[in-house]
Amino acid sequence: MSTKTIRVGNGCGFWGDQLDAPVFLVERGALDFLTLEYLAELTMSILAQQRQRDAQLGYATDFIEVLDRLCPLWRRQENLRIITNAGGLNPHSCAERALEVLRRHGLRKRVGIVLGDDILPRLDDLLRAGYSLAHMDTGEPLSAVRARVVCANVYLGARPIVQALEQGADLVITGRVADASLTVAPAVWAFGWSWEDWDKLASAAIAGHLIECGAQVTGGLFTDWQRVPNLADVGYPIAELEADGTFRILKPSDSGGMVTIDTVREQLLYEVGDPAAYITPDVVADFTSVRLVALEPEGVEIRYARGKPATESYKVSIAYRDGYFCSGQIVVAGQDAREKAKLCADIIRRRLRRAGAEPEEFHAELLGAGDSVPGVWPTVSPYEVVLRIAAWDKQRSVLERFAREIAPLVTSGPPGVTGYATGRPAVREVFAYWPALIPKSAVQTEVIYWDT
Amino acid sequence: MRLHTIALARSGDKGNHANIGVLARYPEVYGWLCNYLTAERVAAYFCSLKPSRVERYLAPNIWGLNFVLYDVLAGGAARSLRLDSQGKALACALLNLEIPEPQIE
Repeated sequence: MSTKTIRVGNGCGFWGDQLDAPVFLVERGALDFLTLEYLAELTMSILAQQRQRDAQLGYATDFIEVLDRLCPLWRRQENLRIITNAGGLNPHSCAERALEVLRRHGLRKRVGIVLGDDILPRLDDLLRAGYSLAHMDTGEPLSAVRARVVCANVYLGARPIVQALEQGADLVITGRVADASLTVAPAVWAFGWSWEDWDKLASAAIAGHLIECGAQVTGGLFTDWQRVPNLADVGYPIAELEADGTFRILKPSDSGGMVTIDTVREQLLYEVGDPAAYITPDVVADFTSVRLVALEPEGVEIRYARGKPATESYKVSIAYRDGYFCSGQIVVAGQDAREKAKLCADIIRRRLRRAGAEPEEFHAELLGAGDSVPGVWPTVSPYEVVLRIAAWDKQRSVLERFAREIAPLVTSGPPGVTGYATGRPAVREVFAYWPALIPKSAVQTEVIYWDT
Repeated sequence: MRLHTIALARSGDKGNHANIGVLARYPEVYGWLCNYLTAERVAAYFCSLKPSRVERYLAPNIWGLNFVLYDVLAGGAARSLRLDSQGKALACALLNLEIPEPQIE
């Protein structure tokens, strides 16, 4: 494929994002590619919990619902291609369900399924072969928690997605792929860029970084929220890329939100370490190289991206079982709300101690009194506070007991305790995060194709 | 005057670390901001979160300063007992920083 410009729209920034957004974006966005990004670090551990309960789960089920709603539009926009990491920990099941939906709508489509990111089945072989998968921050070898590992997924790059597009896939379903690579892939495929054209790859990676969180670049989260029009109808972002790497961040013209130099530069630094060396599997992009130009009537053009060669490693996202967690909250209102809430937390703790079920970790925060960022805001005395208490322990039974100690405060605590209508909070297993690196040479990817 | 008057900001997480991107609203204040808003000052402001270290990176092309606050999320999204386990509220907190009147060249 060789073309002048491509339009890549991202209709989903995380699992839990607006279900209507991809539909509106396809309706109004004149897209060549729709990307749907579902996998945050935390999402992988949630998917691991779901797969543990049911082997057929472990993918972003929202995608199936979204696909169902997109099908009537897809019939009218035949050339649209959809790229999503909704496969999560179970791309096979996700693709099976997707095929059912496509068949139900009578659409003839080819689904490409990218495999190879899931290294859980190979984990012991890899460790035995000398890959330590050491924790990126602490340096501790994975063997320390090996027995408790529930998922291990490599952040793959754009290459297997390009392979799928080359083979005519209309829908590409992946597991763990670097978010930016969802945008790099269609650009490489459409423009035939070399895998060593670092500046162009960096351009597309920056475009992908900017749109991967959906509405965060089109007015969502923006500091000057009072200036953002109609966030209820916020338009999701479109990256319009040219063959030379220049690209524009746009949104559908009849949508809410806004795309300005300020919304774009805020998002440019979102979840970034060194902005001069943003590492993706495809390229190391230099965010400090780009020039931003405001467009009329709306949008921002980004030029002159510089890139450096990709590293020899992939990042690996690993989750391991790490005890149990529970949190609950109540409202404490009236005179001396803070002091009463503190007393409530203390009562809970003392009753748990008396019962021999004091959690190893116990944390109380007074929301409304500045505790969302504890210790930073000067103490205030609000009329009411939400007391949120959270606990962690190695044993589930300790937290089951913890969960039962919140409601009794309604009758046996200080006055003004209310808002306990949601019932006993649930205890959940904690799947902690273990980031690691693995040489690219140790990872093989594969793309399989299913036709409707 | 608060930092909010002269800057925009956005924050998020990477594992147990958080980053806060700070952007000067006007190019004239960027130089002053780089001098004033040091990694040490940001570390001191967030000392209650016990950062193991704070690194600052500059992005002059967007009048930006990026702060990485290490180990401030009490274990990160999956493990932290805190409500703001992903550092989403840190940018708003930093914008509340009281600053002197910027000296503009």
